[in-house]
Amino acid sequence: MKKVKHAILSFLGLMLIWVMLTPRDMQEIVAGLIVSALVVLLTLGMEPVLGDVRLTPKSLWYGVLYVLVFLRELLVSNLDVARRVIDPKLPIKPGIVKVRTKLQSRIGRTLLANSITLTPGTLTAEIRGDYLYIHWIEIRHEDLEGATRDIVQKFEKYLEVIFG
Amino acid sequence: MELAGAIVTLLGSLFLFLGALGLFRMPDIYNRMQAGTKATTMGTLLFIAGLAMGFHETIGASKVIIIILFVIFTNPLSSHALARAAHKAGIPLAKETVKDDLAADEENEEGAMKGTQEGEEL
Repeated sequence: MKKVKHAILSFLGLMLIWVMLTPRDMQEIVAGLIVSALVVLLTLGMEPVLGDVRLTPKSLWYGVLYVLVFLRELLVSNLDVARRVIDPKLPIKPGIVKVRTKLQSRIGRTLLANSITLTPGTLTAEIRGDYLYIHWIEIRHEDLEGATRDIVQKFEKYLEVIFG
Repeated sequence: MELAGAIVTLLGSLFLFLGALGLFRMPDIYNRMQAGTKATTMGTLLFIAGLAMGFHETIGASKVIIIILFVIFTNPLSSHALARAAHKAGIPLAKETVKDDLAADEENEEGAMKGTQEGEEL
């Protein structure tokens, strides 16, 4: 079941990318269908990462919310780094903290780690089991719970609904 | 429209410049990576978006969306890989550093010899 879902989703994704990259005529679309099907068939043996995506109305809505939150954080993060770089005193208080995630699926964790890297002052350095090690440019909480609340939870609540 | 595109492109290059400045000013590799990842992501996005706004006859908007998605997905991955490799290679953190949980846990594992190390690939 997971495999089927993964195959369908990756086929649709590949097809979408193909259509966006090529001029829209019949010949190109047929070629795209063939190539996408081939790629899906050739990668059937690999782990079905997209099989964890949930396709309910709620998860789709949370997906939209997640993208919005992500874009806002991306903007804040850039202004934050820009401010630190310009400031003559270079206000940093760096260190590596440990946080815990509730996400179980691999794709959910990957997206969480990526989102953390692109948000203000944090950079994922390592994942071990349920723990992520994060380089934080200005440590505000040294304990596991405080850091988890600050860094992880704003994304986790959306990713939890989308991937589990 | 071309003017708006030019302004957005300029903003993008400003962010890229700040990213480069950050590479010089930050004290260690990890902080440099912070400046390098974030400012370049935003800078590249704005730069490409500005190009698309100014010259959308020659560059299709759909292509730009694809490029932006790829940048958003791949840029943090390379940073993880670099930060992880740097830490594994034992590159020290800057003297301002407050704490390092990863090194502490690694020491504990070496003491116990058989930790439950789950090599999660990214």
